Amino acid sequence: MSVPRYWREIPQRTRLEGQKCGRCGTVNYPPRARCLKCGSTSLEQYRLPEKGSLISFTIVRNPPVGFERNAPYALGLIELEDGTRITAQITDVELDDLRIGMPVESVFRKVSEDGDAGIIRYAIKFRPIFYNP
Amino acid sequence: MRKVAIISYGLTKVDKHWNKSLRELFGEAAKKALNEIEIPSIDAIIVGNMCASDLSDQNNIGSILADYIGAIPTTAYRVESACGSGGAALLSGFTCVASGMFDIVMVGGVEKLTDGIGKETTYSLGKAADAEYELFYGSSFVSLNALMMNRYMHVYKTPREAFADFAVLMHKNGAKNPYAQLPFEISRETVLNSETIADPIKLYDCAPVGDGAAVVILCPLEDAPKYSDTFVEICGISGATDTINVSSREDLLSLKSTITAGMKAYKMAKMSPADIDVAEIHDTFTITAALSLEDLGFAEKGKFDKMMSEGTFEPGGIVSINPSGGLKSRGHPVGATGIYQAAEISMQLTERADKMQVPNAEVGLIQNIGGSGSNTYVAIMRRCR
Repeated sequence: MSVPRYWREIPQRTRLEGQKCGRCGTVNYPPRARCLKCGSTSLEQYRLPEKGSLISFTIVRNPPVGFERNAPYALGLIELEDGTRITAQITDVELDDLRIGMPVESVFRKVSEDGDAGIIRYAIKFRPIFYNP
Repeated sequence: MRKVAIISYGLTKVDKHWNKSLRELFGEAAKKALNEIEIPSIDAIIVGNMCASDLSDQNNIGSILADYIGAIPTTAYRVESACGSGGAALLSGFTCVASGMFDIVMVGGVEKLTDGIGKETTYSLGKAADAEYELFYGSSFVSLNALMMNRYMHVYKTPREAFADFAVLMHKNGAKNPYAQLPFEISRETVLNSETIADPIKLYDCAPVGDGAAVVILCPLEDAPKYSDTFVEICGISGATDTINVSSREDLLSLKSTITAGMKAYKMAKMSPADIDVAEIHDTFTITAALSLEDLGFAEKGKFDKMMSEGTFEPGGIVSINPSGGLKSRGHPVGATGIYQAAEISMQLTERADKMQVPNAEVGLIQNIGGSGSNTYVAIMRRCR
């Protein structure tokens, strides 16, 4: 992965920046050229809420290239407080404790790296709120 | 718009064809299709393929294949929409013939997944998802479908065994298919005791990785009797999209692209799900089958398991689902799968399916999905007498 390809997505991946449609109010995440719902181009920068709940999850046991050292790890579908949904890893959790409906919040984490000398990729992951192991 | 017929088909067995290259596999299917008929020329070759550039280091496969089968200077190009590439090729070919642009079009699909080694193949297939917003986070094709399956089981309280039973039915059907990659029967326990890939998806919920090529030949319906005694009409066809990110979908448990493509194809054919006798649906995973059955109108939402236990989808049932064994047992040569389905329905409607034959099949449907539902192609075919 080239460095520009990584840094140009930083606002979305590390600050959860999406767009809010000026016409119909739909939140677009990831950002789009025209609103997913109404096609309007009047889209304003909008920061997603940092809390939500887990609406589905899986445990990746057969990881894709670049994630071998992390497996097994949890991948989740999170519904944020404003109803926007996002796919991300779930971290800081015992895999057996994962439950649909679990409240979660965003945290800044390392996601993957290109070998010993390549770029290190960071992004938002989610962790359970008030989690006591 | 002209009416369009399928006048011939050719298939290879889906398998790990270590001794055959991409072009050889395609050539085998093309020769079989051409041997069945006498045609003056091929006006165009349109081929569905997903992974050749990653796994066989080959782009520009339209030219390679036209050259290999002796069809130069025909028009030839590849279309790609992940696992839906075959369906996309069929729609392109249909449009070319229906519009009057071309008279005889060879529509094919070919995939050489075993040209990559293990991880390379998985990685290439994963590219059907959103590279920046799904793959970046460590998602894989299986895990995105696992998110849908876990949600489905949570919302509808569907027993895990119901999904296993779909795989069992597919293997029972596929055991009769000479082209199937996994032509053997399995039990519910085979599925439930198999390795977990991404919870709750187990190995036997998944379609296998294999190579294959399939070809169908299209021409205007009115010309079909000149070339063949056994042809079928494509009376409805459409394609539709949904968000590439699973997370952006309004309803996580509906394949909107399947609903839309299905409705348009039914409308074009002036038919409804009740008119379909036999269907080849896109069961990449058992959850994909459940959602597809519901979104094509063959089962009520959340109740595919109830309909299945009543025998609705068995050969000779209300609608025979995947007499070929589907992706699960026939196999899933990705960009060729949609063309396998078209060939299999042609076989059924012309009563050439041997042990797979469903009695009195007059109308058939195919559904070919790309990605985890980000595109779907649906075609409806009718027997011609």
